[in-house]
Amino acid sequence: MSPRLAAAWAQLPDYLSWHVLLSAAAMILGIGVSLPLAIVASRHARLRWPILAVSGLVQTIPGLALLALFYPVLLALSTLSKSLFGHGFSALGFLPSLLALTLYSMLPILRTATTAILGVDPAVRQAAEGVGMTPNQRLFQVELPLAMPVIMAGVRTAAVWTIGAATLATTVGQTSLGNYIISGLATENWISVLFGCAASAALALSVDQLLGLIESGVAKRSQWRIGLGAGSLVFGLILALLPVLQLGQGQTYAVGAKNFSEQYILAELMAGRLERTGARVVRKVDLGSAVIYRALAAGEIDAYVDYSGTLWTNVLQRSDNPGRGQILAGLITELKRRDGVVVLGALGFENAYTFAMKTERARALGIASLADLAREAPKLTFGTDIEFLSRPEWKAVDAAYGFHFKASRSLQASLMYRALSGGDVDVISAYTSDGQIVANNLVVLADPKAALPPYDALILISPKRAKDAKFLAALKPLVGAIPVETMRVANFSVDRDAGKQSPAQAASALSATLKP
Amino acid sequence: MTSPAIALTDIVKRYGAHAALDRVSLSIPAGQFVALVGASGSGKTSLLKTINRLVAPTSGGISIAGQDATGLPTHILRRRIGYVFQEVGLFPHMTLAENIAITPRLLGWTPDRISARVANLLGLVDLPAEMATRLPGELSGGQRQRIGVARALAAEPKILLMDEPFGALDPVTRDSLGGDVRALHDQLSLTTVMVTHDMAEAVLLADRIVIMRGGQIVADGTAAALARHADPQVASLMDGPRRQAERLRAKFGAEA
Repeated sequence: MSPRLAAAWAQLPDYLSWHVLLSAAAMILGIGVSLPLAIVASRHARLRWPILAVSGLVQTIPGLALLALFYPVLLALSTLSKSLFGHGFSALGFLPSLLALTLYSMLPILRTATTAILGVDPAVRQAAEGVGMTPNQRLFQVELPLAMPVIMAGVRTAAVWTIGAATLATTVGQTSLGNYIISGLATENWISVLFGCAASAALALSVDQLLGLIESGVAKRSQWRIGLGAGSLVFGLILALLPVLQLGQGQTYAVGAKNFSEQYILAELMAGRLERTGARVVRKVDLGSAVIYRALAAGEIDAYVDYSGTLWTNVLQRSDNPGRGQILAGLITELKRRDGVVVLGALGFENAYTFAMKTERARALGIASLADLAREAPKLTFGTDIEFLSRPEWKAVDAAYGFHFKASRSLQASLMYRALSGGDVDVISAYTSDGQIVANNLVVLADPKAALPPYDALILISPKRAKDAKFLAALKPLVGAIPVETMRVANFSVDRDAGKQSPAQAASALSATLKP
Repeated sequence: MTSPAIALTDIVKRYGAHAALDRVSLSIPAGQFVALVGASGSGKTSLLKTINRLVAPTSGGISIAGQDATGLPTHILRRRIGYVFQEVGLFPHMTLAENIAITPRLLGWTPDRISARVANLLGLVDLPAEMATRLPGELSGGQRQRIGVARALAAEPKILLMDEPFGALDPVTRDSLGGDVRALHDQLSLTTVMVTHDMAEAVLLADRIVIMRGGQIVADGTAAALARHADPQVASLMDGPRRQAERLRAKFGAEA
């Protein structure tokens, strides 16, 4: 077995367990809410349209957006609850995923159940009244049993949707089979992506088949079909949940990461050091850069690495550039004062936004700096990562130089380099610590007006762990210990096609180069 | 003097401006077999459904065996009165035994009493006992309606209401089932009200015929009395089956 496949297998119990827990909880909640709503909708013609319309509307919201929308809502509710009752709750991870998936699972169940109850033969319904059933007896003894095969078909559809959509929970910090897909996409680890897709599809298909067995059992009044289907589902559920249920008690830390290779490696590096103290560490990866700082301030995660320029412009909303030293000093005092967040220190390298071109092309056009680039921009196509054009850094650099590109294209970060080497784009927004810059023989353009702020990689600590001596002692040795060359090597070992390593492997290789 | 089994007084049923029943009163003594006859829209089915309040009257009084039935919860009232639907309406997910047992079960009879009653009823409606475990989907129309009658009689009601019970059956089945129902009526001392649009069926089965038109009763009496009715329309309605019978006798007589 290839090492990458072996690594994927090793993660399966954890990922599958969470995926199953999340989808099962969402389905149970979805059925629990949809069935009563369907009964109400079938009884009251006036409520039917609004109920079905709202659930249909929810379905049209893209799954990713639905998940992302729940985070700020829950965060606000949690803050409110903390001020009212003294207890907050986690706005990241399980809860927003559960709520979004529950909403997602409701439409097929609601629609089929309403139609099925309304579809019961009027003669049979009148007979139920004629023999002296109360409205509830009619519902439970006649209408629901007759509607059950159709309702089960709706439940099957909902289950397949929910299991598929649960892969998106990864983006709000909930471990799921989506971790394979999203991390795999970011590091171009196609084995991981395919593994995640296959695992999710296999899960969806087996659940669908077992529900199908129950459905046919209900339709044919066959006890053994219902028993076998339900028994296998429960058995599978328990088996899949064992890893989650066995979670050790003890101290648990959460380490966060955004969705690119360097972040995965640094999260693994920090997690490894914390695990050596005997603590259990969960990794919440693939968090959006807007979400991750708030998650840290709220104590959802305990540590992650962010970059001084990003914090300066995005978190503190500053548009000036007073220089490296002042920015770092400003962050240390401001983040502490505002959110109680501790800047543990700089790792020793910078991962700045920069603009990169192929060396020969830059030389041919006479481009060495951003000022030269602005001059040639109307002839060039600009490739960026998905968020760059909406970030303040772009606004600052655009205001300083005034770019008018022929076209611009947003791409997954790892795909930008392919687009550049394939000639689809001429210049990209790159990162200085990226291993691809050296590997692809790219030239990085100078920024004579200093429009882009410095991007020193900083370890940030949540307010909750600010005084946790064991925690701080485990991470402190990383401060100043990683030069940019070391980081580039580690990043490239994850990004390259031949001999590609997992972030955990790259982290342990990086760890070996550190002074003891 | 004993109270009538069913007494309806001044029943009005309005759907918007239209009156389906327009101040109808009807008193039926215990043991009588009454046929409600009329064209579509005459109000005969509405009147039948008023008795067990499947149709809620706009105004008017209903009393069953001398007891006021307008204040009773409808499900309690309906469990005391057998009802046979034209479409039968057997519960397709229940066996025939479960279908028959439904009202006794709602009334909380013991399982032993229920199964004895089911076996007894299958005999009464002339179906083999082994049918008990079959599902309604496997039956012919006539068999289905026999189960419908058994279900209506399961909780030993004193009153049986039937809405065009034989309307969807072929003539041979209709004839034999009609005869069997009349025999059951006599054997169990029931009070029966049957809606039909078929005057011949009414004449053959019923003790008393009530003719309705436009939401009102236009004639009420035995077949013989109604044949001499002053209203020429009623008289000719009654005359129909008689003349048909004479033509049939002449035809069969001539061939013999």
